[in-house]
Amino acid sequence: MKRRKKSVLLPGVFTAVLLLAACGDDPLESSEGKAEILNVSYDPTRELYVEFNKAFANHWKEQTGQDVTFQQSHGGSGKQGRAVIDGLEADVVTLALAYDIDEMAHTRQLLNEDWQTEFEHNSSPYTSTMVFLVRKGNPKGIKDWDDLVRDEVSVITPNPKTSGGARWNYLAAWGYADKKFNGDEEQIKSFMKQLFGNVEVLDSGARGSTTTFVEREIGDVLIAWENEAYLSINELGVDEFEIVTPSLSILAEPPVAVVDKVVDKKGTREVAESYLEYLYSDEGQEIAAKNYYRPRNEEILKKYSDQFQSLDLITIEDFGGWQEAQKTHFADGGTFDEIYQ
Amino acid sequence: MTKPLNVEHDSPSIAGHGATKSYAMQESMIVKWSLIAISLVFLALFLILPLVSIFVTALEKGWATYVASITDPDALAAIKLTLTVVLIVVPLNAIFGIVAAWAITKFSFKGKNVLITLIDLPFAVSPVIAGLVFILLFGAQGLFGEWLFQNDIKIVFALPGIVIATMFVTFPFVARELIPLMQMQGITEEEASISLGASGWKTFFLVTLPNIKWGLLYGLILCNARTIGEFGAVSVVSGHIRGMTNTMPLHIEILYNEYQFTAAFAVASLMSILAIITIIIKNFIEWKAKDE
Repeated sequence: MKRRKKSVLLPGVFTAVLLLAACGDDPLESSEGKAEILNVSYDPTRELYVEFNKAFANHWKEQTGQDVTFQQSHGGSGKQGRAVIDGLEADVVTLALAYDIDEMAHTRQLLNEDWQTEFEHNSSPYTSTMVFLVRKGNPKGIKDWDDLVRDEVSVITPNPKTSGGARWNYLAAWGYADKKFNGDEEQIKSFMKQLFGNVEVLDSGARGSTTTFVEREIGDVLIAWENEAYLSINELGVDEFEIVTPSLSILAEPPVAVVDKVVDKKGTREVAESYLEYLYSDEGQEIAAKNYYRPRNEEILKKYSDQFQSLDLITIEDFGGWQEAQKTHFADGGTFDEIYQ
Repeated sequence: MTKPLNVEHDSPSIAGHGATKSYAMQESMIVKWSLIAISLVFLALFLILPLVSIFVTALEKGWATYVASITDPDALAAIKLTLTVVLIVVPLNAIFGIVAAWAITKFSFKGKNVLITLIDLPFAVSPVIAGLVFILLFGAQGLFGEWLFQNDIKIVFALPGIVIATMFVTFPFVARELIPLMQMQGITEEEASISLGASGWKTFFLVTLPNIKWGLLYGLILCNARTIGEFGAVSVVSGHIRGMTNTMPLHIEILYNEYQFTAAFAVASLMSILAIITIIIKNFIEWKAKDE
């Protein structure tokens, strides 16, 4: 009996020691005397903010002497917005769609309804657009949206019903057709029908489409975010893909905002506001450009003109804003249901 | 048509007997070996090949990259968080599991079956739902949300939420393992102990615990494995803050989505090693238990 007792005791002691060791520096404990900022963002901004956080931390230290550390959380934009509404205490949010931040204002009054006027350029310090990723040497000779409706071209784009990125793709194509056919709705729809008839795989999200095109090697052209296209070229093969910029595309403005209710509770308003403000500084703009987001600053944009070819850009306002575009095109019975069955 | 029938009837009964016998033997041999072959091929294709490919991909870019992926601060934080969760969840589940199994098997009371059904609930509910339930309870818009926010208590999107969700999912493992065992053993030994004047605690530590030792360990190992690997429920309540609330499985998913395949598989290989160790301990315990 005694022996047995010992054998139970030993693992018990071992466990207790481990437990104490683990508690020693709990990863969730915040340190004092420092500002801590949680930036809740969407998927492809990780590298951008890793670099920017370092730059801002240095800048802030020089300005105020205070140390600031950052936590980052990334995921699908809608999912991240939902998490903030459910209580993820983000000091700042840097998401893909204004719609997701609007929801925070509507449902929990986490910030003011007019949050988008808080910073310059609709609170979007950088922009992006939709471009084509094709295989090296562009074997199908894809130059513009016209080439995507050719019979022998296979297109990869995600499903606009489920993917935010796919909606931008759809509207960009629509905008091109609208210009080409002078707004003749019948012709636009038949163009869109042809285009989506060429879609070989309709994934549910943008990352899924990239994987289909890049890893599974399906399709001749992937319609993708410009920054994502560059990222996949750099990460997965400089020698395998090329970027083709169409003559016309849509301007995507990923917005940023300070979450009032959280910063007021945590006392981090000042540093959070300066943080987002700093995205507009020369250094911030430069970092955005380096990470393949189009900077707002014209001079820095010019400096990176090799990377960002100029093109005609329509905006979401041309479709009457997101709420309107959602209703006309992507809601049940919208134009997407009409052209894709 | 009638001829073959006649032939069969005419043949000597012994020969006929012998023929069917050896035929049956032959068939069982074929069945045996083909079944073994099928399971081997199946195992190789669906278990061993993927497992090997994890390690191959993890070491694709050399040992240095492998070590760098695992010692990355975010990876270390994920490993640490996962172990912290294990160290909280497994002991708590041991206690609750024993208490529940004890209550069910050693006492008779009304609503016992309801309790048994409730213990099984986490097996029936999808882990995603389990996570969402806690968002509904402790999320900012949930039942206790406003109060928690005012008092600056964080449950979801922090360690407590991850622990609670994991506990929910892993709760049945210990209890489910102990209930049949303790039912089988009955209460005679405990009755004897108590009638000889031992206290309740003494009875538990000297009679019950040694009896259920192996079953308990077995349940704890299953619970441990699931705690390390749980993805769905934790994903919902985690908040995905790098270096803070990402457990190992979540960290792997993020790395994979960020095209860091080698790093993703490096962390995955670490989890696989943990799984293999678990299986070895499990077999050892089964073997020990059989021995006694």
